[in-house]
Amino acid sequence: MAKKTYLQAIAEALRLEMRRDPNVFLIGEDIAGGAGTDHRGSVGGIFGLTSGFIEEFGADRVIDTPISESAIIGAANGAAITGMRPVAELMFVDFVGVCLDQIFNQAAKFRYMFGGKAKCPLVIRAPIGGGLRAGAQHSATLHPLFTMFPGLKVVMPSNPYDAKGLLIEAIRNDDPVIFLEHKLLYGMEADVPDEAYCIPFGEADFVREGDDVTLVAFSAMVPRAVEVADRLEREGISVEVIDPRTTSPLDKGAILESVERTGRLVIVDESPPRCSMASDIAGIVAQEGFAFLKAPIEAVTCPHTSSPFSPSLEDAYMPSVERIEAAVRKAHAYRAAA
Amino acid sequence: MNISTLDKSFAMQMSRDELLRAYRTMIEIRAFDERIEKDFAAGKIPGFGHVYLGAEAIAAGACHDLAADDYIASTHRGHGHCIAKGCDLEGMMLEIFGKAGGICGGKGGSMHIADFDKGMLGANAIVGGSPPIVVGAALNQKIRKTGKVAVAFAGDGASNQGTTFEAMNMAVVLQVPAIFVIENNGFGEHTASSYSVGAESIAARAAAFGMPAEQIDGVDFFAVRESMLKALERARTGGGPTTIEMKVPRYLGHYIGDPQAYRTPAELKAARAIDPLVTFREKVVSAGLLDAETFAVIDLETYARVEAAAEKALEAPYPDPSALERDVYISY
Repeated sequence: MAKKTYLQAIAEALRLEMRRDPNVFLIGEDIAGGAGTDHRGSVGGIFGLTSGFIEEFGADRVIDTPISESAIIGAANGAAITGMRPVAELMFVDFVGVCLDQIFNQAAKFRYMFGGKAKCPLVIRAPIGGGLRAGAQHSATLHPLFTMFPGLKVVMPSNPYDAKGLLIEAIRNDDPVIFLEHKLLYGMEADVPDEAYCIPFGEADFVREGDDVTLVAFSAMVPRAVEVADRLEREGISVEVIDPRTTSPLDKGAILESVERTGRLVIVDESPPRCSMASDIAGIVAQEGFAFLKAPIEAVTCPHTSSPFSPSLEDAYMPSVERIEAAVRKAHAYRAAA
Repeated sequence: MNISTLDKSFAMQMSRDELLRAYRTMIEIRAFDERIEKDFAAGKIPGFGHVYLGAEAIAAGACHDLAADDYIASTHRGHGHCIAKGCDLEGMMLEIFGKAGGICGGKGGSMHIADFDKGMLGANAIVGGSPPIVVGAALNQKIRKTGKVAVAFAGDGASNQGTTFEAMNMAVVLQVPAIFVIENNGFGEHTASSYSVGAESIAARAAAFGMPAEQIDGVDFFAVRESMLKALERARTGGGPTTIEMKVPRYLGHYIGDPQAYRTPAELKAARAIDPLVTFREKVVSAGLLDAETFAVIDLETYARVEAAAEKALEAPYPDPSALERDVYISY
């Protein structure tokens, strides 16, 4: 076992699966880079994640495409339903706007609308999230969008260990999977085993156990939630941090079980508030766990705006440790009127 | 050599069995969609219906030389493609009526018929939905060096979609064994292709992407087959993609029941007068390859089979509601 970054863990998962299964291939923009020049392989993806892949696997399995997202996802769909296991990359998740049809009308629906006969083992990897001052069209998370489509599975790893295990599961899974990598986490380091392993979908990780407040967070919000839990522990407030890891399927049983014990729920979601995972989980708990609640559910989200560019604005946009802490304190302090 | 001499000589190269197979496909499509039109109009079929009448020679000619493990992907007007690729007639009928036992269990309907075992990757109700998918099915064949091909059927309407442009360009860039069959029936829904296609022709536009492309008469089975054979040879030997624009009449409106206020009665009559089945029969009979009696027997037999399938579908039960939540995923 060695220390690996989130980015290295993802690359390792891809490399191991490509070595194991000749049907796995990569397709996307600049994933090798330098096509049409003497410097093929010079880029390895915009974050360098697939650096060295074309040298090992060749141009038939590391396929650089024109900037044509519909054709990329469409081609991945066509390859998947005819027996291959493509891993397509959207350079940024925001670009889903120019290929959404191939995701929600095609990949997500093949199996159901064809009466259970189709199999579309497709993985779409896409970097998500704010914090890089990348502006309105390179900073979204969009996980609620994918989560609303039946037929898709949606994965949001929050650390290097989970990233590797969840991506290997995604590649071996027979359903279409949206694998969302947070750009702020690419440099995060942790112990990651060298061998292949799978983490099943729909099983939440209890990152911190606690008794007073349940704090649900996804992706890059998980480290922030843990920081809040650590801070409040020193004051004797015991916070349970749950990372569902996948938004579809969602481990609602884990959330309900925790809220049954704590009676207090805070959800952190890097997303505008309407139709978010925060509102979704709040709705589930209100419907199925109303009797457990001792305080109103708190949601810490982005405001109902696009991602701003300026550092001062973006810092205010994303859920911060301070805002999360304030929400947990509020939920913890709430007492119903006698 | 004039066109008719060329066609005749090309037809001569087909065996009696091959000619019969081609004709059976066309008459099956004709009989099938005539029956569908009737039952839709009578309110016996739910949803939307788009029939293939007038374009029979395209599906039959384009699929004639495909193997079961070559792939096609289709359009909202896809019954003809399904039949030509070998989908089960009864299963299709049940599906279109929304009945249990339908080829997709009644979850697809007219616009979503698929049979992967037959290499039929689905009718597609999104205009321009199939071309990118076909690029991927073809990419699979290129990577695995199977010698198989993938054919995208698309209309003049889909030819204006960005997804089709992307698919054509990427097919050229990756040199995949894909064939784009563009059925130009003169109308994208209710708008004339003479208005909506900015280029001189759809074939000219496809050629500009860097692939061989031609415009042919989609009413003539032999012209369709001959053009497809060239494209297939190219695709199977690593020569990359081809586009064939095929001009055909559209007998009916965009959908069954479309009042077609945008076409004059004279125009409709003229469209109806162009008949790919008549064209086929005349060619084959005048060349002395088959006689009229043979066709008449096939017609009777085919219409009877289609009628029987439709009557069975009318009487079949609807799917049990317990199927509603099944088959969203493979693993949950």
